[in-house]
Amino acid sequence: MKTPVLLSIMMLTFMSDFTLNNVKERSGYQIGDVVADFELKNIDGNMVSLSDYKDVKGFIITFTCNTCPFSIAYEDRIMALNEKYASKGYPVIAINPNNPKVQPGDSYKSMQQRALEKGFTFPYLVDEGQQVYPKFGATKTPHMFVLQNTKQGPVVKYIGAIDDNYKDANAVNTKYVENAVNALLSGHPVKLQETKAIGCTIKV
Amino acid sequence: MKYILWVLLLLFSVSCKEKKYSNNSENQPILPSEVLPNKIETVELEVYDFNRFKKYLNRTDDTVYVINFWATWCAPCVKELPFFEKVHTEYADKNVKVLLVSLDFPHLYDSKLKPFIIKNNIKSKVVALDDVDMNAWIPQISKDWSGSIPATLIYKNDNSKFFEQSFNYKALEHEIIKFLK
Repeated sequence: MKTPVLLSIMMLTFMSDFTLNNVKERSGYQIGDVVADFELKNIDGNMVSLSDYKDVKGFIITFTCNTCPFSIAYEDRIMALNEKYASKGYPVIAINPNNPKVQPGDSYKSMQQRALEKGFTFPYLVDEGQQVYPKFGATKTPHMFVLQNTKQGPVVKYIGAIDDNYKDANAVNTKYVENAVNALLSGHPVKLQETKAIGCTIKV
Repeated sequence: MKYILWVLLLLFSVSCKEKKYSNNSENQPILPSEVLPNKIETVELEVYDFNRFKKYLNRTDDTVYVINFWATWCAPCVKELPFFEKVHTEYADKNVKVLLVSLDFPHLYDSKLKPFIIKNNIKSKVVALDDVDMNAWIPQISKDWSGSIPATLIYKNDNSKFFEQSFNYKALEHEIIKFLK
């Protein structure tokens, strides 16, 4: 007697799953979530963790890579962010989430070369085994996460794009990341917490 | 007349190729010299900002529109293009229309996008979307779109479904058939 009821419930669950499977929330950290620390290899061979940073107020994390045209378009602006905000307590940490077996241009050696050519002043970490980017819910490169240190740990305060003009840094109207960090520095809430931008799929 | 000749020549030159598209990804750019410059002029590329592009998103003429967002630099996009082309051919008489929306950088239209269209003999309609205010228009296509490509919107009148994923032919056809029922 119970079986048909159970079966129909299962059917219903299945059907609703089926119709809803298209509406997917971005998985991974949401605004307000506390970020678990990670330990990833930097291009200089050293391991880097968030907890290595003493006396910082937070982080500007970017999932980026060597090969995506949007990442390349934003390289100089990511460097400028570190120049401007590392001394104010918000250093940049770049993480390359791509699997070099799928995207050879993102090999460890290529990362070292690119960092040297550009003169990166921040860590450029390998997400070996592609373990960290899913925790953040990064879906593409470049994908930015601004974290603020709290007693509970680093909390996600902004997710999305760097600004609203990938083509021309001089024609930008809104600097999303800078606005977020400036708000945090002055003790105000971040007004625009999430933005969307086109980027390259993470290659796994 | 000159145009017809070029088209014929083009059809002839690509018809013998296997159906796998040249992977014009980040690592292997097409050299402009591979495609004659006067051929590039035969590609009439419509370029839209989002406001003008919107007309493609809300047609109500009982046609199934398959709108694929791609770019020549996006390897998984290039990989799935043949499946969209196949839909274009095989469903042309079933009221299904394919629109390939390129998100290539505008300064590369002539050196990358147009040569790609010619080289791969793309038959579906290709338009370019050039609008830097991505945070304004991405959610208007789908609130579920994080912004990675490939991404595909299928719609018929008021009914639509969005996919931030790659397709193989079978999966794509499966989704299109649902709209035809």
